[in-house]
Amino acid sequence: MSVTATTTSEERFAQATQLQLTWWRFCRHRLALISLGVVAFFYLIVIFADFLAIADPHATDARRSFIPPQGISLFDDGAWRPHVSGLKGVRDPKTFKLAYAPDPTRKVPVQMFVHGYAYNLFGLIPTDLHLFGTEKGQAIDGIFLMGTDQLGRDLFSRLVVATRISLSIGLAGVAFSLMLGILLGGISGLYGGVVDTVIQRLIEVVRSIPTIPLWMGLAAALPNTWSVTQVYFAITLIISLVSWTELARVVRGRFLALREEDFVIAAELAGASQLRIILRHMLPSFASHVIAAVSLALPVMIVSETSLSFLGLGLRPPAISWGILLQDAQNVQVLAGAPWLLCAAIPVIIVILAFNFLGDGLRDAADPYG
Amino acid sequence: MTVLTVDRLSKSFPIKSGLLQRETGRVRAVQDVSFSIAHGETLALVGESGCGKTTVARCILRALPPTSGAIHFSPQPGTTIDLAPLSRKSLRPLRRHIQMIFQDPYASLNPRMMVGDIIAEPLLVAGVPATQRLARVRELLELVGLPPAARTRFPHAFSGGQRQRIGIARALALDPTLVVADEPVSALDVSVQAQIINLLLELQDRLGLSMLFVAHDLGVVRHVSDRVAVMYVGRIVEVAPTTSLYGRPRHPYTEALLAAVPKADPTLRDGAVVPRGEVADPANPPPGCAFHPRCPHAVDRCRVELPALREVAPGNFSACHRAEELRLAGVV
Repeated sequence: MSVTATTTSEERFAQATQLQLTWWRFCRHRLALISLGVVAFFYLIVIFADFLAIADPHATDARRSFIPPQGISLFDDGAWRPHVSGLKGVRDPKTFKLAYAPDPTRKVPVQMFVHGYAYNLFGLIPTDLHLFGTEKGQAIDGIFLMGTDQLGRDLFSRLVVATRISLSIGLAGVAFSLMLGILLGGISGLYGGVVDTVIQRLIEVVRSIPTIPLWMGLAAALPNTWSVTQVYFAITLIISLVSWTELARVVRGRFLALREEDFVIAAELAGASQLRIILRHMLPSFASHVIAAVSLALPVMIVSETSLSFLGLGLRPPAISWGILLQDAQNVQVLAGAPWLLCAAIPVIIVILAFNFLGDGLRDAADPYG
Repeated sequence: MTVLTVDRLSKSFPIKSGLLQRETGRVRAVQDVSFSIAHGETLALVGESGCGKTTVARCILRALPPTSGAIHFSPQPGTTIDLAPLSRKSLRPLRRHIQMIFQDPYASLNPRMMVGDIIAEPLLVAGVPATQRLARVRELLELVGLPPAARTRFPHAFSGGQRQRIGIARALALDPTLVVADEPVSALDVSVQAQIINLLLELQDRLGLSMLFVAHDLGVVRHVSDRVAVMYVGRIVEVAPTTSLYGRPRHPYTEALLAAVPKADPTLRDGAVVPRGEVADPANPPPGCAFHPRCPHAVDRCRVELPALREVAPGNFSACHRAEELRLAGVV
């Protein structure tokens, strides 16, 4: 009996590593693949947030509050000349409210790579270059893709910049809970006995605490003299304090299952050290499961931050996050006049869905041998 | 010269229940099991599921700590070590002398490692330099009948029988004195079983291996073993050379096991003695001989007195009160 190497594709399969097998299987999951693209797109926004923003997300201007969203016209008289139409403020004779209407007489040209407000690219390189925008002119001669809020801040720019905090808080939170989860779950699964029982009961206690009152209490304990960065890290910690339990359970479960695997026993019988068994045999076997668990934990983190900030318990202005943007949409009266403030909910929904589909795909592909 | 002497080996597992995990009972998986294996000999350990045969194997390999008893092992002639009390650390240098072939060829190979790395792992751990490892892996692949190209492939590219060959190559990597084969063919197709058994026989012949061959039916064992030990509910009930055990069993349980071996000839279908009832619960074994509720030959004495394993004929040991008087049916 011998293995006959016939075709190259067979040989390719025979020599495929776990990563390749996982990737091949993941690619068959169409929805997950698309979601991967969506998630990657949002993280690109995170990296280039300020570059993509049109107007300074913090700059207020009373003369342009509640401007409705406007579109970009790409052609002018059949020629490629992207522009937005200028606006003029009109007072409603009955309510004396200022409303904005397009002013057909003025056209504001849209330009690429314009100089706008100053920022640091990647937090390092000082620049004022932006992907697109208008030359500085009148205050209302801007591009308001998603309109403006009460204080006249451009919602599109704010949304782009908010993506940075909302998506990175998820990463930071997951990283922190991953550390806690792997450490405690690993100890629990590896040593078993009393240690395991204590850690498992601790997890049950943590999970039984209602999260919103817990967050309220912890958030209230944060000193209000803290800077935005300090609050950001505190919120990350608070969120991950609860979510590590899920990851710890995954890690413990994998440890328990793998400890009984024949190939782990075989390594032990070969005389391999405990460290070698963990690093060479156990870790690679559950790394993929942990990655899948992480991709499912991320959206929970993002939603947690959004809801905390929405309730006013998380980040506070002047920080910008999706939750804070949605906070503006809390008031029904405001919302009736300016429904575009709800735009901030769209990226939340898209990102959460994408992460969930991605996590599903990864989980299915995680164990290509099963 | 004996390689392994197991002396009154017992292993029990606590039954824990309640919030405080108090011990409420014990499963006596293995009780007072004694046997020995000579150099170059194959001893088969046979019994139904749950009779403790795998527990015996795992205790000898020290994948489990025995509750009591001794396991005297001679890695080289002249030196004998009791494995039973050794710690995990002091066992490590001895690991290379006792190797295991696993039942499940799918679970026993790490799917994330190339076949060459799997076979080389015992060598690597033992500190063999890289060039020698490579040479040894090639040699081993040839020995078990796999092409040299298998070295760079992953286990998922191989069939069950081929995987079992890889497992055998890994077990032989460090020239072990004793190989414990835990049902090495019961997960394979019948046609492949024969190939693997022939390979094991050939290797044993060439390398002078001693082997403990664990199996759940007597059909496979006949071709491999020199002697057979039959276990029932944690105890050995009969040990005898293969031919005499098959020809003239001296324990009613052995007779029942022999009757259960499928025969290729339909005319031989006879009124086989299939034991009544269920296998006894090792957490709560019946008094006296554990087999008495199922035994067609049981008498009053069997219900109260535990029969000892004693030599009833030269080389034939049986744990039956009526071993001498019964004429039990064997197979031809």
